[in-house]
Amino acid sequence: MKKILILFSHPHFEKSRANKLLVDRVKRKDGVTLVDLYEQYPNFHIDVPAEKELLLEQDVIIWHHPFYWYSCPPLMKQWIDMVLEFNWAYGPNGNALQSKICMNVITTGGSKDIYCSEGANGFSVNEFLRPFEQTATLCGMTYYPPFAVMGTYKLSETDLNKYADKYEELIELLQDNMPAPTMKNYYFMNDIPQLKTDAI
Amino acid sequence: MTGSLLFEAIVFLAGAIICVSIAKRLGLSSVLGYLLAGVIIGPYVLGFIGEEGQDILHFAEFGVVMMLFLIGLEIEPKNFWKMRKTILGMGSIQVVGTMLFSYLLFTMLGFDWKVSLVFSMAVALSSTAIALQTIKEKGLMDTTFGTSAFSILLFQDIIVIFMLGSIPLLSNVNLDSGAEGHSETASLLDNLPMGFQTLSIILSVVVIIVAGRYLIVPMLRKVAKVGVRELLIAAALLIVFGISYLMEFVGISPALGAFLGGVVLSNSEFKHELESTLEPFKNLLLGLFFMAVGASINFIVIAENPLTITGVLITIILIKGFVLFITARLFKLKLNQNLLLTFSLAQIGEFAFVLLSFAFQLKILEQSQLDMMLVITALTMSITPIIGMVNERFILPNLGTKESIKRPMDHIAKSHKIILVGFGHFGSTIGRFLRSHGVEATILDHDANRVDFLRKMGFDVYYGDATRLDLLESAGIAEAKILISAIDNPRITREVIKVLKKNYPHVELMIRAKNRYDAYELLNLGIENIYRESLETSLTLAKDVLSKVGFRKYTLNMQVQNFIKYDEESLRRLANENNNEKNYIFKARHELEQQEKLLVQDFKRGIVEEEHHWDGEHIREILKDSTA
Repeated sequence: MKKILILFSHPHFEKSRANKLLVDRVKRKDGVTLVDLYEQYPNFHIDVPAEKELLLEQDVIIWHHPFYWYSCPPLMKQWIDMVLEFNWAYGPNGNALQSKICMNVITTGGSKDIYCSEGANGFSVNEFLRPFEQTATLCGMTYYPPFAVMGTYKLSETDLNKYADKYEELIELLQDNMPAPTMKNYYFMNDIPQLKTDAI
Repeated sequence: MTGSLLFEAIVFLAGAIICVSIAKRLGLSSVLGYLLAGVIIGPYVLGFIGEEGQDILHFAEFGVVMMLFLIGLEIEPKNFWKMRKTILGMGSIQVVGTMLFSYLLFTMLGFDWKVSLVFSMAVALSSTAIALQTIKEKGLMDTTFGTSAFSILLFQDIIVIFMLGSIPLLSNVNLDSGAEGHSETASLLDNLPMGFQTLSIILSVVVIIVAGRYLIVPMLRKVAKVGVRELLIAAALLIVFGISYLMEFVGISPALGAFLGGVVLSNSEFKHELESTLEPFKNLLLGLFFMAVGASINFIVIAENPLTITGVLITIILIKGFVLFITARLFKLKLNQNLLLTFSLAQIGEFAFVLLSFAFQLKILEQSQLDMMLVITALTMSITPIIGMVNERFILPNLGTKESIKRPMDHIAKSHKIILVGFGHFGSTIGRFLRSHGVEATILDHDANRVDFLRKMGFDVYYGDATRLDLLESAGIAEAKILISAIDNPRITREVIKVLKKNYPHVELMIRAKNRYDAYELLNLGIENIYRESLETSLTLAKDVLSKVGFRKYTLNMQVQNFIKYDEESLRRLANENNNEKNYIFKARHELEQQEKLLVQDFKRGIVEEEHHWDGEHIREILKDSTA
């Protein structure tokens, strides 16, 4: 079974309906380590050696966060800036994360039909996540497409619970060593609409 | 054999100690133990106590007064107001219903209507002493059963005033000649017209409320400032005695007056102090009261008329139980709560002694009638605890509806989950921040001036010495999750910790430490959460200094956190070494050595670790090496 690290960052977790359900569903699963970054480092003072050590033990790294201004909350970025050190995660001798799997799990307020070339946000979630994709790639990791819970403001408790079920299913698939192409066949991976002008 | 005060005291105390410990060992209520002790030392078994049993009974009734004062302390006025419907509703149904049925019973037994009426009044009243003592002992005060029982008892305390007022109307005897000895009859106001009596009763209630606020509390503050502990005990007793005296003077039940006094003082900072001071007195007096009841059971009367007495006894308990059951039904109590109520209040109470003797003095009752009812009263008081036990052991476990005792209370203010000790500058900052998050801690402080001032500012502060276990207990330590010590004096802090570690190890302790040295001792006491007052503030200052000479604030912020982390680690390391040093004589030198050790460590390790993140220089270095 693959070991999974979920780096969860949410500055207002106590107010998030969707993330509470998602986190509750996966945090106690066997082989899953969930780090609540805003709880662990409220002063943005990240313990880099400890984080590096934890990363080395993992097979899959999940950046789980709400989608703020087409990106992640600042502590998540701080984590990337501080922990993915030059010559450790990347650079001439930087191969600590080589061939691990990496992906984003995000929640967005806007529904998926506004994340396309014809919607208000102009681009798809996959496009917005390019910096994360490239970060993972530069560190030698395999980047999987995101799992996105979209339109959270309008989702009912039942809908959110269905997403939580899917999240759990995703974790189990990752633990079972599902290869990337197979992953893409799962419906929850592809719930971002195909764009008319752009093929991913 | 009797007569010597010391000898009597020895008999009572020994009887109590032996019987109550046996009762407790058997899992029975202490009330039963006391009653049994009374029977054994009384005139019919061992004969240690003779006729004086009745006098002791009157004296010990004072325990009931104290108990009601203490209960009053736990009920804030606004909660009391909320209970008014239960008090009036349940109380009046119970009293009227019981009086009606028992009146029918006594007329059927062939008693005169006046006698039946007096009897039925006596029967309608339950025993506050037995019922509440049992309820409190089992910790059921916060259940619907507990509050219902309490409401009914309170109503009875009120209605007894009118009963005592109406009994003379049944009599042809002039009051003055018969009135001697007993409190209610000794009232100076009896000769005044009804209107004046009512007026004086209202007046005295007002006096209690006003005095509570403007006389008693300021007095307690003055006394607390003197700082002599026994003066506070004296003051607490003075309050209860004073209220009782006033109440007896105008002819109200002293218990009711004491209850009102308690309610008035429940908002004051001395609430917990008064509670813990009076508690032992109350318990001893109540014990004495129960023993006196046991000793007053006249077995000769029983032997003369066993059938009638047993019959009447059973019928009365059935009537009382039936009316209580219906009352509880009407107020929609669940079955198990209903049964608890039914069985706990089914006895005739201590007021019956008063009512009956009063009616006897007025020649409404004959000696034989009085004796019979007194015996029945004492017997019901002894039997209902046994029935209650049977109910709890054998009936309730077979019912499906169990109400959790932990259920949040509707009426009586419950203790907070956090206790904050010490409300000086350090503690008050903590209190303010907690409060800004809606978390209200129960605050204890021993500086009477400060408590006074802070209460004016609207804080829920109580006066008291937190090293005393009983005070912590009245502040609710048993239910508390966290205790914060913001005490200035490290010696007192350690005393509080030792008391708590021993008696309430489950409470999480969060402790203010004066300095490093203090922190070592706390660590060695097993405290995890230590907050040194000389750490973060000093570093904030140092950080600002460095910022003024040109360092960047963000970097300093991160370095301060590094420093704190290393310092906490070294604190824990050095605490162990500190522990090994048994000799504290050279304390100052020892501290200096430690300081030196720290500085050397800082120098060696380099607290300000080089940060290489996004440091262009550093990256260029590495790139140069790898291409070379």
